[in-house]
Amino acid sequence: MPDPEKRRTSLGDIVTNNYVWRSIFRHGYADTPRNRVLQVSANVWLHLHPSKMRRHGIRYRHTWCAGGLTFLLYLCTVVTGVVLMFYYRPTGEYAYWDVKYLDFDVPFGMIMRNMHRWAAHGMVIFIWLHMFRVFMTGSYKPPREFNWVVGVNLLTLTLLLSFTGYLLPWDQLAIWAVTVGTNMARATPLLGTEGPFGPQLGMTPRYDARALLTAGTVVGAPTLLRFYVLHCIFIPIIASILMILHFWRIRKDGGISGPL
Amino acid sequence: MAENIQPGTIQDQEEVKVQSGRARAALPAADLPDKVHTWPYLVRAEFISGCILLLVLMVWSITVDAPMEEPANPTKTPNPSKAPWYFLGLQEMLVYFDPWIAGVLLPSLIIVGLMIIPYVDINPKGNGYYTWSERKFAISTFLVGFLGMWVGMITIGVFFRGPGWNLFMPWDYWDPHKVVPLTNIDLPYFVGIRSQMGAMLFGTICVLGWLVGIPGAVWQWKKDHPFFKQLGMMRYGIVATLFMIMAGVLMKMILRLSFNIKYVLVIPNILNI
Ligand code: HEM
Repeated sequence: MPDPEKRRTSLGDIVTNNYVWRSIFRHGYADTPRNRVLQVSANVWLHLHPSKMRRHGIRYRHTWCAGGLTFLLYLCTVVTGVVLMFYYRPTGEYAYWDVKYLDFDVPFGMIMRNMHRWAAHGMVIFIWLHMFRVFMTGSYKPPREFNWVVGVNLLTLTLLLSFTGYLLPWDQLAIWAVTVGTNMARATPLLGTEGPFGPQLGMTPRYDARALLTAGTVVGAPTLLRFYVLHCIFIPIIASILMILHFWRIRKDGGISGPL
Repeated sequence: MAENIQPGTIQDQEEVKVQSGRARAALPAADLPDKVHTWPYLVRAEFISGCILLLVLMVWSITVDAPMEEPANPTKTPNPSKAPWYFLGLQEMLVYFDPWIAGVLLPSLIIVGLMIIPYVDINPKGNGYYTWSERKFAISTFLVGFLGMWVGMITIGVFFRGPGWNLFMPWDYWDPHKVVPLTNIDLPYFVGIRSQMGAMLFGTICVLGWLVGIPGAVWQWKKDHPFFKQLGMMRYGIVATLFMIMAGVLMKMILRLSFNIKYVLVIPNILNI
């Protein structure tokens, strides 16, 4: 309900001090201790945070905001990625031309693609920065051991996300980078044709660890489809679940680490 | 916001608390609340950094276009074929090790090694703050591994590798016909051993000595030290093995780049290290 006591003086007041607005945002900006708590606890996004926290945790020089910015970049790739999905078909005959079409004909297509790509690269850089800072502040020490392990899994998934996305433009850069990358799987011990004991165990170029990744003996159209599904569905779902776990654990482990 | 705040209230104390410098120094530390409200202090910090990041990303995306080359052509191999930059450290390791070690074993060890750090680092100090003096070993190992080797090898891969995966200076012309004499030799040959048996024996001694001998000797020498007692043989073994593998990769890079040593141990058809 609007506050009848309050006179509507400014434009801000007119917008916010009415029935509809108050039904959506229950708490105004009154700067009281109680309201400061409500701002956080009654907001679905902000309540990831505790309503009060130890002072050092908000310092840029403690966290470098690197974890939060990694998450923001992830969100950027999700939003722009969904836009790209409207125009992109993961098949040998269309993929390259769909990306060209995005670049040259789709309104804002080029900037969506650029943002998707640069945010992905940024995410790789920021996740390394984040890991670096977590190591430097010793934040993996008890009770945060497990959250570090979750983080390492997120790191691996982030690299796999970037790698699977690298193939999708289906140009020379994409196919050869992925050829180089997947070739290494040939050498997997036991499971690759060229790995130790691979041939003895019956691995052939068609049936080995690399063929599992590339869906065939070369990086071709079946690989494209496989990477597309991994890139747009499988890995993002797993990564999102792990991020939820990561954020939950930060709270349960007592918030941002700090001097005891 | 700040002008509405009454002196002496919680807000006032928080406001002082989040600022460093003179205003804070003037107050006795005990008077200050240890916790501050997330709204506005953390939300403000996140908002500002988020805005800056989005701004940079947008300007970047407007000015620099994502690469797009010719359509994929399986019959035309570019030279060099480079993996995405964040994997160039792994591709670089292919120079020094056989593919199953460089492409499978070492990456797995990196991931597993990172994951077990919290369980083998039993030093309770330096938990939640920056310090060098309280955890010199942990920090120097991490710096060598992460900055020196991982970031270093990516830098080599991005800027110094050209056609044929040969070394080029960033300003050099990438000559696809550059011929590099293949003068690589194995370590046993380098030290003068000519028989195959002798070479295998020498190589085995080097590798086992490095991975088992040195850590074992250090354990024998130090095991009664209180720190090593507390660490325990199991944890010590894991840390020492991983540490020696990491140092071994570095060692092998140095041997290769400065003395053209290809392998230390060759057991034909079975193992090359
Ligand atoms: C998608 C990737 C990731 C996201 C979105 C993410 C996000 C976050 C955020 C928002 C925080 C809060 C503090 C801060 O911003 O620094 C945090 C803390 C933490 N992260 Fe991550 N993180 C990711 C990956 C990682 C990785 C790769 C590691 C380590 C290998 C890691 C380990 C930790 C630990 C131990 C904490 C607690 C730090 C403390 O309490 O000071 N995270 N993470």
